[in-house]
Amino acid sequence: MNIPVESYFILSTLLFFIGVYGFVARKNLISILMSVELILNAANINFVVANRFLFPELLEGHIYSLFVIAIAAAETAVAISIIINVYRQKKNIDAKSINELKY
Amino acid sequence: MEQLASLAPYVLILPLCMFLILGLFGKKMCPKVSGLLGTTVFGVVSVICYYIALKYFFSGEYQIGETYQQVTLFNMEWLRMNQDLVISIGFLLDPLSAIMLIVISTVSLMVHIYSMGYMHGEGGFQRFYAILSLFSFAMLGLVVATNIFQMYIFWELVGVSSFLLISFYYFKHSAVRAAKKAFIVTRFADMFFLIGILILSYYTRTFDFDKLTFITDGHVDAIVNSDLRTMTFLGFPVISIAMFLIFLGGAGKSAMFPLHIWLPDAMEGPTPASALIHAATMVVAGVYLVARLFPIYTFEAPHVLQIISYIGAFTSIFAAIIACAQTDIKRVLAFSTISQIAYMMVALGVSGYGGVNGLGYTASMWHLFTHAMFKALLFMAAGAIIHAVHSNEMDAMGNLRKKLPITHITFLIACLAIAGIPPFSGFFSKDEILVAAFETNKWVFAVEYFVAGLTAFYMFRLYYRIFWFGDPEEGYEHEPHEAPLNMTFPLMFLAAVTVITGISWAFGKVSFTELISSDFTSYEIHTHWNIALPSIGAGVIGILIATFLYLEKTGRPNKAVSYIKKPYLWAYNKFYIDEIYLFVTNNIIFQRICQPIAWFDRHIIDGFMNLLSWVTNKTSQETKEIQSGYVQQYAWVFIMGVITIVLLSLNL
Repeated sequence: MNIPVESYFILSTLLFFIGVYGFVARKNLISILMSVELILNAANINFVVANRFLFPELLEGHIYSLFVIAIAAAETAVAISIIINVYRQKKNIDAKSINELKY
Repeated sequence: MEQLASLAPYVLILPLCMFLILGLFGKKMCPKVSGLLGTTVFGVVSVICYYIALKYFFSGEYQIGETYQQVTLFNMEWLRMNQDLVISIGFLLDPLSAIMLIVISTVSLMVHIYSMGYMHGEGGFQRFYAILSLFSFAMLGLVVATNIFQMYIFWELVGVSSFLLISFYYFKHSAVRAAKKAFIVTRFADMFFLIGILILSYYTRTFDFDKLTFITDGHVDAIVNSDLRTMTFLGFPVISIAMFLIFLGGAGKSAMFPLHIWLPDAMEGPTPASALIHAATMVVAGVYLVARLFPIYTFEAPHVLQIISYIGAFTSIFAAIIACAQTDIKRVLAFSTISQIAYMMVALGVSGYGGVNGLGYTASMWHLFTHAMFKALLFMAAGAIIHAVHSNEMDAMGNLRKKLPITHITFLIACLAIAGIPPFSGFFSKDEILVAAFETNKWVFAVEYFVAGLTAFYMFRLYYRIFWFGDPEEGYEHEPHEAPLNMTFPLMFLAAVTVITGISWAFGKVSFTELISSDFTSYEIHTHWNIALPSIGAGVIGILIATFLYLEKTGRPNKAVSYIKKPYLWAYNKFYIDEIYLFVTNNIIFQRICQPIAWFDRHIIDGFMNLLSWVTNKTSQETKEIQSGYVQQYAWVFIMGVITIVLLSLNL
């Protein structure tokens, strides 16, 4: 089974723009967080695919994607704790409701 | 030389230290201590000044042949702006500064002593002594200046101390007004002085007096070597303009018409301050300035010198006429001061250079000396009288001769001296001025001759109104009594100086042409009886008229006034000069010039600035909504931005 390299990139691009759309369009903070995960994973796919097709004997791309996953996990932990605190304050997790940091 | 050089700095340092000590710690001292301290220290300064001056004049070390040498006792660099522009502070000793040292230290010491009695029990006694020290420091620094810029700095310092002393009774509205007036008028004149200095020094490339007044073959070197001789501006030679501007500075300080208006008002200050600053020392700074730069005036700007003599002649007669009609005794003395200083200016104006030609210069300096002594005496005597009767007005005085015997005698001596009666000192100096004027300009001589008679008249009017004439109508609040010794001692001392200098000249013991002359070389003069006798005559006639009118209380003065009602009223109102100034400033300068400028400032300049701020404010009000606080909106803008940039870069 031989999948051409373009289809990987098409997949990752789709994934990325779905994430972007979710980031700007969804109201729920958890959904926004999930959209961010999508964007990160699109990047991960790119890393792995580029590594596999361009320098098959090297491992940098794989290692980078591992780093990204680790950082995404940490980020999620922080984000979730912030969201919990927001919920305690506002009794909801609507992105529209946290706009105190303005003019 | 070394000895004097080591002493010289103390002349300036001691009064300055006294000012700082009394000014900073005066409140912690009891008044008596501060007064004694100030007087003692100034006594030391006086001794040093006398020592320097006497050593200079009589030791012979500073003479080559008959000529006194100009010596710089010390000269230290003070400000170095760049390679060419250096301002230094130093001590220049020549006959001119030596004689000024004597005048200033004598009068100032007498005023220090006198003030212990006069200011006794006044609030701010220590402040008075502090400012007195500041003034002495500034005045001494002014006369020993080695360069014109040092002179200018100390010139402003005497202006400040004069301001502080006039406004000594700062709770009195009139004193504050007088102080402001004095300061503004003299500052206004000093502006011209500064412009003059800058023009002169820019082209000659020097501030130093010894370079500025160095003469070879009837020309001033510094001027000859610059472009100044050939340059003209609006048809006038630039050097004449510069020297006239410098003279205007002197005219402001020396109260020449039309800048004289501040001096009569300055009498709001305490009487000892008036005696020191507004009679004897500061107001002659203008005369000193012209004398200091005399070689430049006489060789390079003779027309300016002529203008000076005309301004002086006009001022002297103008002020003398006003003095005849004033009723406030200090104001009479103030106008008399203006008139006498104008006399000195006239003498400088009619003087030539070298030998007998320079008689006017010599006479001017000696008149400065004698006038300082007897005018300080007159002011202090007036202070003693005011002290006794608690009023400045003539109407509150009369018949005081038995009650104030010492004041009476000393006042009489000063009056005789100023009226030009021999053998008192004023006769000799005034006589030489008349001789100098006679030989140069007959018109000026005629005016000065008339002023001599007028001076005798108004001084004896003052004298008779105070000491004879009959008791005042309301009587005295309490019996007037003679002032304490610390007030009468300076009177007696100055009277003695007036008499002794006069007598020593009369008997030819000291010839004043030996000590000071335009080229510092001594020369011989003969008494000009054909001028001296008529001038004595004028004085005697003035005195006789005054005696006729004011010896006893009669209807004569009122009758005399009724013949000349209009002129008397004009003179009484000082020829409405103050009113003219007020009219010009209020109605013309303020309304026609300042108000449009203020309108322009408020509406056009401020308006433009307000417009800028309004636009900025509105813009930010309108655009602040962009920063909404919604994270998703920011992300949207960010993504759109990235996409735009990507598209743009693709196009490229």
